[in-house]
Amino acid sequence: MRIAPTKLETFRDDFSYTNSDFAIERFPFPFPQDDYMYSVNIEPHTLPGPVDSVYEHLIDVDEHYLSEMRERSLVLEEMPKRCLAMPHMELACWDMIDRCMTTMAEDYPEWFSLTKNGDQWHWHNKLLKIEDTFTFGDSSTLPMPPMEYMGRQVQGDFALLDQRDGDLFMDAGVVTCPADWSIAFDAGMGFKEWHGPVPMANEMGIFDRALKYLCAIPVNRPVRRLNWTLTVNARMDTSPETYSKWGSDRTTLTPENIGKKIYLRVELQMMDRMPRSNALMMSIRTYLASMEDLCSNPEWARRLHRVMKGLPQPLVEYKGLTRYHPMLVEWLSQFDPVN
Amino acid sequence: MSLNSTDNYQVKVVAIRDVAPTIREFTLQGINGELTPFSPGAHVVVAMPGETAEGKAKTWKNAYSLLSDPRDSSTYKIAVRLQDQSRGGSVFMHTRVSEGDILEITPPANLFAPYWRAQKHLLIAGGVGITPFMSYLPELQRAGANFELHYSYRGNQTGAYAAELQQQLGDQVRCYDADAGERLQLAELLKQQPRGTHIYVCGPELLLDGVRQNAALLGYPDSLIHFEEFAAPQPGEPFSVTLESSGQKVDVGADESLLEALEASGVKVPNLCRGGVCGQCVTKLVDGEAEHRDAFLDDGERQSCIMPCVSRAKSKGLVLGL
Repeated sequence: MRIAPTKLETFRDDFSYTNSDFAIERFPFPFPQDDYMYSVNIEPHTLPGPVDSVYEHLIDVDEHYLSEMRERSLVLEEMPKRCLAMPHMELACWDMIDRCMTTMAEDYPEWFSLTKNGDQWHWHNKLLKIEDTFTFGDSSTLPMPPMEYMGRQVQGDFALLDQRDGDLFMDAGVVTCPADWSIAFDAGMGFKEWHGPVPMANEMGIFDRALKYLCAIPVNRPVRRLNWTLTVNARMDTSPETYSKWGSDRTTLTPENIGKKIYLRVELQMMDRMPRSNALMMSIRTYLASMEDLCSNPEWARRLHRVMKGLPQPLVEYKGLTRYHPMLVEWLSQFDPVN
Repeated sequence: MSLNSTDNYQVKVVAIRDVAPTIREFTLQGINGELTPFSPGAHVVVAMPGETAEGKAKTWKNAYSLLSDPRDSSTYKIAVRLQDQSRGGSVFMHTRVSEGDILEITPPANLFAPYWRAQKHLLIAGGVGITPFMSYLPELQRAGANFELHYSYRGNQTGAYAAELQQQLGDQVRCYDADAGERLQLAELLKQQPRGTHIYVCGPELLLDGVRQNAALLGYPDSLIHFEEFAAPQPGEPFSVTLESSGQKVDVGADESLLEALEASGVKVPNLCRGGVCGQCVTKLVDGEAEHRDAFLDDGERQSCIMPCVSRAKSKGLVLGL
């Protein structure tokens, strides 16, 4: 049974974020085998997915909804440029509003409702107590620009990619919980520009294949992949803009606190075709769980040890784990004595 | 069709009319809800359950451009030309489908979208190749874009929508009825265009080749030329393939594609465009020589891969990494 979002936790300062047993159980654990290799692990996001899983609906609304939405507004208050939309992306932004509102109202009728009367739409977000009537497609009828309006009501970062010339361009988005990337910096870049450099990925032709695949995604056939990294503390906003605030977090790690302070940060990346604009919507939903919580599952604990131990050095460096990687492997070894 | 599911769409044929001697137009309406809006140049794949000449049950799947105004998704429209050498799909649509029938279609995909930043759009259509442009035109008009449509056809067979297009677009459209001796002079047309004009072509192979050759002679960069090919698999010699993992043998008939033959034998291959452009069905080629007919794989990839939606065997048989 899905848990109604009622708690207000923090992803900064005192880091009061915690996962319920239910949240740990449904955590999208990203390691299907004992060794990890970068690959184009894209698969159809077939809907509806397994009941109560993070894959059940197009947009997963979970117990952290209120907390993540408050975190987003804190970030946007300080740095409004973390949300942007180039003028030619207006129609794509409205596509995104349609897609998010329509599916959220169908999937969570107790929390969201949408009434369409021709172009006159009425949206009620009961969780955030937002209620508005607007004209679909007319941005002047919303209290704020369409990307920001929707972005403030949906968990995870969003980017809208304009498709031209067989490439995808980062031309709109709201990005407040990134794993060290910036929408302001990447704005206008093509697919290979904003991805590179990733060690070993380009030479394997991975980007060419992924790009061709993404450009061919049809309407109503979303796809997904998981990506992961590690974060010190339950910090959502690990952006280049705020590096001075979190860069030194890793110096606070000790063998005693590492299980509590290191979080596995899993991104559920979902790509969905926008019907009117032909833009591609990419949502990057971040799930955080501490090593200690994950290791309450003995299978995951063993797997984590093996994956971390066998991680190729270039990836250790790319993911920024160099400083504490040996300490973490040592801590995890208690769950996997034979290795 | 509930939008929180990823199923195909069930649609009802609510109107059928002939729009040219060999072209029939079908109007489709969603039966469990609204159809999704779409973008100019989008197409759907229609599943057509029929039978082969030998009387065996067989489902054809053909891609058709959506040709209504993209802002109006109350219905979809497609137009189907009865092909001279039909592989079954167009015969099915022309002879077996009546108003009131239910068809299954995929959601729209788009491999032929307009390049919105172009200063000028030059649309060149041949015969039933007019269809993707039918969804371009309302959007280009709304955007106040600079565009021209040049439409050649054989009035005794094709030429759908020519009269209404001339009425609606006036000077922005030129029609050439080959059966009345009218010729589209490609070299002249391409020579007149201002620098940076984006050219979109849809029609028979001969027209595509003509545009490609003339554009190359005039030094047009590839990035200005956009094709929607009718990549319906061309028939060829029968051949057979062996699946590496199971040793299963699959015979491919003269009038079916390798992908269709695999599907008929219960082998699932991911696929999307079924026309050699999207790359979803790329399959490992373990042994044998392929006749590559796709527009996706590069020369290197062709050594070890094949796209079963359009490509066939040059040698007597192939071994596939399936």
